[in-house]
Amino acid sequence: MAVSEELHATEETPGVVVHPLREFWYYFSENLGAVAGLVTVVLIVLVALFADVLAPHSPIIQYRDHFLVPPAWEDGGSWSFVFGTDATGRDILSRLMHGARYSLLVGAIVITLSLMSGVALGLAAAYLRGVFEVVVMRMMDVILAIPSLLLALVIVAILGPSLENAMVAIAVVYLPHFVRLTRASAIGEMSRDYVTASRVAGAGRLRLMVVTVLPNCMAPLIVQATLGFSGAILDAAALGFLGMGAQPPTPEWGTMLADAREFILRAWWVVTFPGLAILTAVLAFNLMGDGLRDALDPKMKRS
Amino acid sequence: MLRFLITRVFLIVPTFIGVTLAAFAFIRLIPGDPIELLVGERGISAERHAQLLHEMGFDRPLWAQYIEFLGNILSGDLGHSIVTRQPVLQEFLTLFPATIELSLCAMIIAVCVGLPAGILAAVRRGSVFDHSVMALSLTGFSMPIYWSGLMLIILFSGILQWTPVSGRISALYWVDPVTGFLLIDSLLSDEKGAFISAVRHLILPSIVLATIPLAVIARQTRSAMLEVLGEDYVRTARAKGLSPQRVIGLHALRNALIPVVTVIGLQVGVLLAGAILTETIFSWPGVGKWLVDSISRRDYPSVQSGLLLIASMVMIVNLIVDLLYGLINPRIRHAR
Repeated sequence: MAVSEELHATEETPGVVVHPLREFWYYFSENLGAVAGLVTVVLIVLVALFADVLAPHSPIIQYRDHFLVPPAWEDGGSWSFVFGTDATGRDILSRLMHGARYSLLVGAIVITLSLMSGVALGLAAAYLRGVFEVVVMRMMDVILAIPSLLLALVIVAILGPSLENAMVAIAVVYLPHFVRLTRASAIGEMSRDYVTASRVAGAGRLRLMVVTVLPNCMAPLIVQATLGFSGAILDAAALGFLGMGAQPPTPEWGTMLADAREFILRAWWVVTFPGLAILTAVLAFNLMGDGLRDALDPKMKRS
Repeated sequence: MLRFLITRVFLIVPTFIGVTLAAFAFIRLIPGDPIELLVGERGISAERHAQLLHEMGFDRPLWAQYIEFLGNILSGDLGHSIVTRQPVLQEFLTLFPATIELSLCAMIIAVCVGLPAGILAAVRRGSVFDHSVMALSLTGFSMPIYWSGLMLIILFSGILQWTPVSGRISALYWVDPVTGFLLIDSLLSDEKGAFISAVRHLILPSIVLATIPLAVIARQTRSAMLEVLGEDYVRTARAKGLSPQRVIGLHALRNALIPVVTVIGLQVGVLLAGAILTETIFSWPGVGKWLVDSISRRDYPSVQSGLLLIASMVMIVNLIVDLLYGLINPRIRHAR
C-alpha cells in the first residue's frame, strides 16, 4: 500500500526516488501465482537445508521388515513411514527430503555454469564481432538443432553417467539461450549514449563490457535463469529416469522414479510421490519466473 | 521472395556442417579406442587391431577422416550398427514411421485442443475459463512427462483396464507393413479389430507426448490473440457492426495465427525430445527408444547417425517454418 502511494507520488512529484527493489517487489507481489511460487521455493530450500533434521529416517537405510509399506492413510500403512516405503524398505518421505538437495543443487550449478559461460561468450561476441561472433553463434545454432534431451544424453554418453556429468551436459544444452540473450541485449545497449560517453571517458574494453553494459542486460538474463532453473531440474530428473543421471542409491527424484517403474501396477505410491515432488518444484520455479518477467519487463508495467 | 528463400537455405549450410562435425567428434570423444568400441566387448589381437585401425582409416589425419565421413554421409552411407550389424540408415527408417505416427497424433491433439483453448481464453480474458487455461497450461509446461505417463498407465491400464500398457498393437494381430504407419496398415489388412487395437495402443502415448506442445500452443495463441484484439482494425471491424464470431474468426485469428504457426513448427524438436521419454515408458518401437537403447548398449555408430539424422530433420523443419513465416508475413520477407 505504502509503496503504491509512493510510486504514484513519484510520477507527480519528481525528486522522490523509490528504491528499484521496492518498485520491483510492488509489481512482483501483485502477481499471486508468483508469490505462491516464491513461497514454495523457499519451503523447498528450507527442507533441503534441514533435511538431516526434518527427515524421520535415513534416506538409504533399508528396513528389511518393511518392503513396499503403503502410505500412512492406506490400509497397512504406518505413521512411521508417512509416504510409505520403496521396494528395498527405504522411507520415501526421507528420500524425497534429501532429494530436494540434489534438485536444487542441479539447478544452481547448471544455471551458474551456463549463465557465466553464456554471458562471457555473448559479451565477447557482441564486442569483438567478426569471425569470433560468427563461429560462436553458429556453434549455438548447432546446439539448438539437436533436441535438448538427445544432446544431454549424448554428452553423458561421452562423459559417463553420473549426476556431475548430467549437470555439465544440461549446462551445455542451456548455453545458447544465455549467449543469444546476452549478445542481443549487449548489441542493443552498445549504441546508447552512455556507453559512448564511457568509452570517450577512457574506459577499457573489459570495464566497458562488464561494468557499463552488462548490468543493463541483466533483466532478461535473470528471467531466463529462473526459467532455466526449472528446466534443469526437469531435465536432470529425466536423465536420472533414463539411468544416465544420478546413480542408485542416491535419493534423486528422477532416479527414484526409475527404480519405481517396475512396481507401478503394484505400489502406486513409489511412483506418485517422487513425480509430484518434481512437478511441484518445477511449477514453483516457473510461476516465479513468470512473475519476475512481468515485474522486470518495463513494457508490461502499467504507468 | 526468391532472394529471401535463397539466403535462408544457405544459412543452414554452416549449421549442417557444424552438426556433422559434432557427430564426427562424438565417436572420437568417447573414452577408449575407436576400434575397441566398434568391435564391442570381444577382445581382438594386437595385429588385427592395427589392421582394423588402418582399414577403417583411424590412422589417417583427422581432416582426411572427416572428409571421408562427410562423403559417406552425402552418399547415404551412415555406417553399421555394431549390435545388429545392419546399416544404421535402414534401422532408422524402419523405426521412424512409429515415431512420426506418435508425434503426428500428439501434434494433432495439441493443436486441436491448444488453439481453441487459447482463443477462447483470450476472448474471455479474466474469466474463470481464462484463469483455468493459464493454470493448466503452466502445469502442463512444468510436467515431467516421464511421470505423468506412468500415472496414466496406473489409472487407465491398471485400475480401469481400458488401455494396454505398452507396444503399438496387440500381439494377436499380424499386420503387413505397407506404409509403416500402423493406423493405415491395420485398416488395409483383413484382420478384424487390428485398427481398434492400434488406436487403443496409441491413445495414452499421444496424450503424454502432446502435454508440453499443448501447453505452449495454448499460451502462445492466447497472448497472440490478446495482442491482435487490441489493434485498431479489430475495433473498426467491431464498430462496423460485424458479429463477434466474424471479427474473431476472420479478422483477428488470421493475424494471430502468424506467430502461432512458428511456435507449432518449433515444437518438432520438443516432440523428438519428448518421444525419447514417451517411447521408453510405453515401449513404443520408435527412434527415441532406439536411441536410448543404443546409448545403453554402447552402440555408438547408431547414436552418431541418429544424432545426425534427427538434427538434420529439426533443421529442415525449422527452415520450412522460417520460409512459411516469410510467406504468410510479408513484413518479414521485405525486411531482409
